[in-house]
Amino acid sequence: MPVELNVNGQTRMVAVEPRTSLLDCLREDLLLTGAHAGCEHGVCGACTVLVDGAPMRSCLMFAVQADGYAITTIEGLSPGPGELSLIQDAFCETHGMQCGYCTPAMILTAHALLANNPAPTREDIVDAISGNICRCTGYAQIVEAIALAAERMRSLNRPAGTP
Amino acid sequence: MKPASFEYERPAHLDEACALLSAGDDVRIIAGGQTLVPLMAMRLARPKRLIDIARIPELSFVRDEGSAIVVGATTRQCVLEHDATVRAKVPLLAKVMPFVGHAPIRARGTVGGSLANADPAAEIALAAVTLAATLVYREGDTVAECAAADFFIGPMMTALPAAGCLTAVRFPVWPEARIGVGFHEVNARRSDFAFASAAAQIALDDAGLCRRVALGVGGITPVPLRLDAVADALVGSRAEEAIIRDAVRAALSDIEPLSDLHASADYRRRAAATLAVRAITDAYRAAEGAHAG
Repeated sequence: MPVELNVNGQTRMVAVEPRTSLLDCLREDLLLTGAHAGCEHGVCGACTVLVDGAPMRSCLMFAVQADGYAITTIEGLSPGPGELSLIQDAFCETHGMQCGYCTPAMILTAHALLANNPAPTREDIVDAISGNICRCTGYAQIVEAIALAAERMRSLNRPAGTP
Repeated sequence: MKPASFEYERPAHLDEACALLSAGDDVRIIAGGQTLVPLMAMRLARPKRLIDIARIPELSFVRDEGSAIVVGATTRQCVLEHDATVRAKVPLLAKVMPFVGHAPIRARGTVGGSLANADPAAEIALAAVTLAATLVYREGDTVAECAAADFFIGPMMTALPAAGCLTAVRFPVWPEARIGVGFHEVNARRSDFAFASAAAQIALDDAGLCRRVALGVGGITPVPLRLDAVADALVGSRAEEAIIRDAVRAALSDIEPLSDLHASADYRRRAAATLAVRAITDAYRAAEGAHAG
């Protein structure tokens, strides 16, 4: 079936079987391999992408259902080629990743959290990433990374010279 | 973990969806897909054709009908979670919503989807049974209704006919002024499937005595259970802990709980009893703090 998808601000045409998940379509048809295939049945969260700004499991959505939504993958977050977003930068700095498998999903989830809540508590952060499994169990640094990114985003919005 | 092949249809209206549903065997409805797609990925479900009702506008709404709040079947769980009318009029439903899956599941999952898939641990089903909600469905051109207590038959099994399409669920609004709710569950990881859960809604009279009590437990039996004997024992009391404990223990003594690798039958029974006491205690305290009018 032909489907018109809006991915990272671009309109892309794909021809997929109805059973093709959005995840497989992103990875195999659009070569956006930042969304990772983990459990493929909605438990691990590694395939998380943003659909109209909200984190969703791309393994639990068929590509044929995804037309008309604004889909954001990790590839859509960086400000330019070779550059990192503020949240990605914070993950690097606090060692918020180990093997990296859960990282794109963690960053997208953090992106959605901070878009709605510029000053999250530790509890808010833990709750937001509770649907994402890190098998290296590096959660402490991930939480730290999100808190650091939040702090930097808040200070970016303050006029220069204010404390 | 790839589903078997299927045909995909996305009707624009409910009439069309019902016609497609009546037209063939092995046809299933999909909306959010948060329960069905995992089943398909594991090949526990292999429908020949999926009818996608997620974008039918007439099925997504929250409507205040005075004595009831009616929720459209494809209303997303995250919408219900943040709905001010639901919070004010059906507080128990609002209370359980944050426990339904993880946020990414609630962002896509629907209220009707959770009910129609009938997972024994599902919180929306527990709230529906506890509050004696009514499920509304269409079969062909006929509109029919079913009480929540009769709707759930077993794990992933409901009274919905094969060609039936759940369209809405009606949650009764309690008219009393002083209402409190409580909900507790135990699971391996935050927001995972509950091994045991308990939900309570209590209304008090002016003297602070229980005027009306609803209590339900989930996750321990194939379907959510409403424990009316406990509710009856508490009416007219101040929900003293000893009364609750005895009534809950008696009510749970003759049930046959589920048992699996993660939680034995015995553990589920004990956990449910403890959670029921906590849910009722929370509900009573919240009702005490609620201002009349």
